[in-house]
Amino acid sequence: MEINLAINKHPISVSVDPATLLVELLREQLSFTGTHVGCDTSQCGACLVHFNGESVKSCTMLAVSADGGSVMTVEGLSVAGRANLHPMQQAFHENHGLQCGFCTPGMLMSAVDLVGRNPDPTETEVRGWLEGNLCRCTGYHNIVKSVIAGAAAMRDAK
Amino acid sequence: MKMSKVVAIGASPKRKEDLRFVTGRGNYVADIKRPGMVFGAFLRSPHAHALLGAIDATAARAMPGVVAIYTGEDLKADNVGGLPVGWGIHGKDGNPMKEPPHPPIAHGKVRHVGDAVAFVVAQSVEQARSALEAIEVQYEVLPAVVGVVEALQAGAPTVHDEIPDNLCCDWELGDAAAVEAAFTAAAHVASIELVNNRLIGNPMEPRAAIGEYDFATGQHTLWTTSQFPHVVRFLMGEFVLHIPQHKLRVVAPDVGGGFGVKQFHYAEEAVVTWAAAKLGLPVKWVCERSEGFISDAHGRDHFTEAELALDESGKFLGLRVRTLANMGGYLSTFGPNIPTNLYAPLLSGVYRMPAIHCSVNVVFTNTVPVDAYRGAGRPEATFVLERLVDVAAIEMGIDKRAIRRRNMIPTEAYPYQTPVIVEYDSGDPLGCLDRAEKLADVEGFEQRRLESARRGRYRGLGLSTYVEACGLAPSRLAGSLGARGGLYESATVRVHPTGAVTVLIGTHNHGQGHETTFAQIVSDRLGVPFEDIDIVCGDTAKVQFGMGTYGSRSLVVGGAALSKAADKVILKGRKIAAHQLEADLGDIVFHAGEFSVAGTDRKKKFTEIAGAAYVPFDYPLETLEPGLEEQSFYDPVNFTYPGGAHFAEVEIDPDTGTVTLERYTAVDDVGTIINPMIVEGQLQGGIAQGVGQALFEHGVYDESSGQLLSGSFMDYCMPRADNFPSIVVAPHSTTCTHTPMGVKGCGECGTIGSPAAVINAVVDALQPLGITHVDMPATPNRIWNIIRNSRAALAAE
Ligand code: FES
Ligand code: FES
Repeated sequence: MEINLAINKHPISVSVDPATLLVELLREQLSFTGTHVGCDTSQCGACLVHFNGESVKSCTMLAVSADGGSVMTVEGLSVAGRANLHPMQQAFHENHGLQCGFCTPGMLMSAVDLVGRNPDPTETEVRGWLEGNLCRCTGYHNIVKSVIAGAAAMRDAK
Repeated sequence: MKMSKVVAIGASPKRKEDLRFVTGRGNYVADIKRPGMVFGAFLRSPHAHALLGAIDATAARAMPGVVAIYTGEDLKADNVGGLPVGWGIHGKDGNPMKEPPHPPIAHGKVRHVGDAVAFVVAQSVEQARSALEAIEVQYEVLPAVVGVVEALQAGAPTVHDEIPDNLCCDWELGDAAAVEAAFTAAAHVASIELVNNRLIGNPMEPRAAIGEYDFATGQHTLWTTSQFPHVVRFLMGEFVLHIPQHKLRVVAPDVGGGFGVKQFHYAEEAVVTWAAAKLGLPVKWVCERSEGFISDAHGRDHFTEAELALDESGKFLGLRVRTLANMGGYLSTFGPNIPTNLYAPLLSGVYRMPAIHCSVNVVFTNTVPVDAYRGAGRPEATFVLERLVDVAAIEMGIDKRAIRRRNMIPTEAYPYQTPVIVEYDSGDPLGCLDRAEKLADVEGFEQRRLESARRGRYRGLGLSTYVEACGLAPSRLAGSLGARGGLYESATVRVHPTGAVTVLIGTHNHGQGHETTFAQIVSDRLGVPFEDIDIVCGDTAKVQFGMGTYGSRSLVVGGAALSKAADKVILKGRKIAAHQLEADLGDIVFHAGEFSVAGTDRKKKFTEIAGAAYVPFDYPLETLEPGLEEQSFYDPVNFTYPGGAHFAEVEIDPDTGTVTLERYTAVDDVGTIINPMIVEGQLQGGIAQGVGQALFEHGVYDESSGQLLSGSFMDYCMPRADNFPSIVVAPHSTTCTHTPMGVKGCGECGTIGSPAAVINAVVDALQPLGITHVDMPATPNRIWNIIRNSRAALAAE
């Protein structure tokens, strides 16, 4: 069936099978491969995107239910180019908040949503919020540091 | 525009690789699309052990979108070989290990849940998966055995018919008679029995592979989530598919973490490559996580009994270790090497241990093959030794730090020959412990313990020291231990006419930050701006050869090759400069990116020499070839021996059994540090994985059915952000005496030191209850039961 939605602020119409997951639409049909798939039990958060401004695991949502809504993926956080990085992306870079990079898009989208709700999160709040995002590389230490720094940068940017 | 500048060794520039990952522009195998691509899915055995009867795919073949269905018989008929093993160990009787065939798709028999039975190719992933359900397989289910102890018992089910006792190898190392004498002379013997829990590595990116064949050129291409594409090309081309090396290209693009799980040649790689050639279509397979749980090689899974002999002052006299190591249903690429050569030689730890004997039974079971997982053998050795030292300290009434200090090898005693093959070149275990003790505020622990006790909690402090052997590997030594090939690494420094540099290196970057660290080495050595250096790896069509990334070898072996190649570039540059400056080669010095005639102001910039190397008007063609590109192969003369001291501090809630990690402090000797930021990141990540083993992770099989009970992230507990405090890591480095830059490697340190530190802390916390050992993982359920039972026992006394 035909659905209409905005992806990274660009309106599109696309025909999807009713069984298609949002993550499949993004990755396979539209080639937004920044959104990753790390599990099949909605535990890892690698697939996390924003839907109407809030973080959702795109492996748990049918593409058809995005009809009429707005999806933001990691590709939409910034336009390519170092100078234009989103403050959270810049903070992950500055604080070595990523190693293999596979969890990173989900972490970034999750962190941006957190700061939208809580502009000045404590370390404990960040750790608690990221409970649904798995990272196997970093031990979370520098991710937490990045999110706190990114939150500060987002406050400054306001 | 950003100023481009030289970046020195020891600085922490931000990583070159970050930009593509933070913007979602990484290029992982699952992201790749090829024209006309079709999709594969594996039918996997639901049984742990069964005879394979008829496979009826008639209905499945007729389903929409199905392109082809292949079974093990099809591969066999096409002369596809079994998956080879990279190390061949020998038993104490001198006989080689038992090495049963490992077909990419099973025929005759399946040997673990997840063993591949058929491969479906269809127009879409969904169609392929639907067709799986329509394939009818006749299984004659056999009794299964999953545990090492059970597998060795008389009458146990036989995993391979030709190996009736399930024993792959009865291996030993060390001097049994010397150990016997040590135990006879001992004033005290401490003993322990422990399990090193089975782990499932779970890099966040699941494995994936795409095969493609170009009939016009006869070229096969495999994109794979691999830590060592050249080795895959060699093993798969040579032994499995019989494709000449020049007709096989293996590409490992961005890879989302490896930790050992991706350093083996896997069946799926061969099957997609083979099927793509059969069909003339690109064939893509992406592993689902639950499929990964039953097809990625697992780690650890030991049962061990060990004894330590001490004199009356607590000095170590000898160590005896008996280990049963689970290999699973087949031998994976490095499988038999891990619980033997990477385990027993580390049992001396950072101590003077006059006599050691270790025997290891390497055992087949009906489980997923077991192979290297971050640390690989060395965390197991550290766990045995450091648990045993704590047991001895408690039994003898000696302080746990004091007993360690009494036995540590003093820094002036290096190089130090252990009784188990390895000779440590350098180290300072006492210095590491001193520094860690301060950073961990051990002095303030008693205060913190009392404060926890006031809240009804148990608090414990655990210490583990460790040493590891990394930088795989000195080839001659590795060969004598069973390696079937030398373990060199190669690097090429290609200087472009403008002076910019491309490095082609045989290691593989999948999170370690090589694009940054290696660029730093080149920038430092050649004086080339950091931004003007690119690192290329992971493609056999670009990089000539390499053994890849595992065993903390990339910087130690690859970085050394790179350093040597840079030396060669400098030498050739000096020759060109000598000609241009009309001076003797001996008078040309290279410093800070300039070639000059010693004692004069005549000089040429690196960029000028680079230009002159390619487009010269006036060149000494008779003596020197144009161009500026140098390659070097490096074979280390010894392993490197990073080591350190880790303190863990835990608090236990007796009402729930929950163990909370309150503090973690690691001081590590990793040799020269190229990029401190990246080293710290490696340590933090490694520690989290070790804490995962100690507190959360466990690959559990049902003993009767052989089903994997912890087969998803719902049941296999991965460490999460809220499981950790801030981790303190600090270096205390000594310089490696035999690597070109003095580096030792750091990738596995964290995972090696941490399990013992955490469990020692848990046992310390429970000492008021008389607990002397807790097996991993120390889950709330296990701890709650231990507390309940020991309180009941204490009350009954
Ligand atoms: S892929 Fe969506 S949570 Fe793991
Ligand atoms: S950076 Fe590799 S999984 Fe997080």
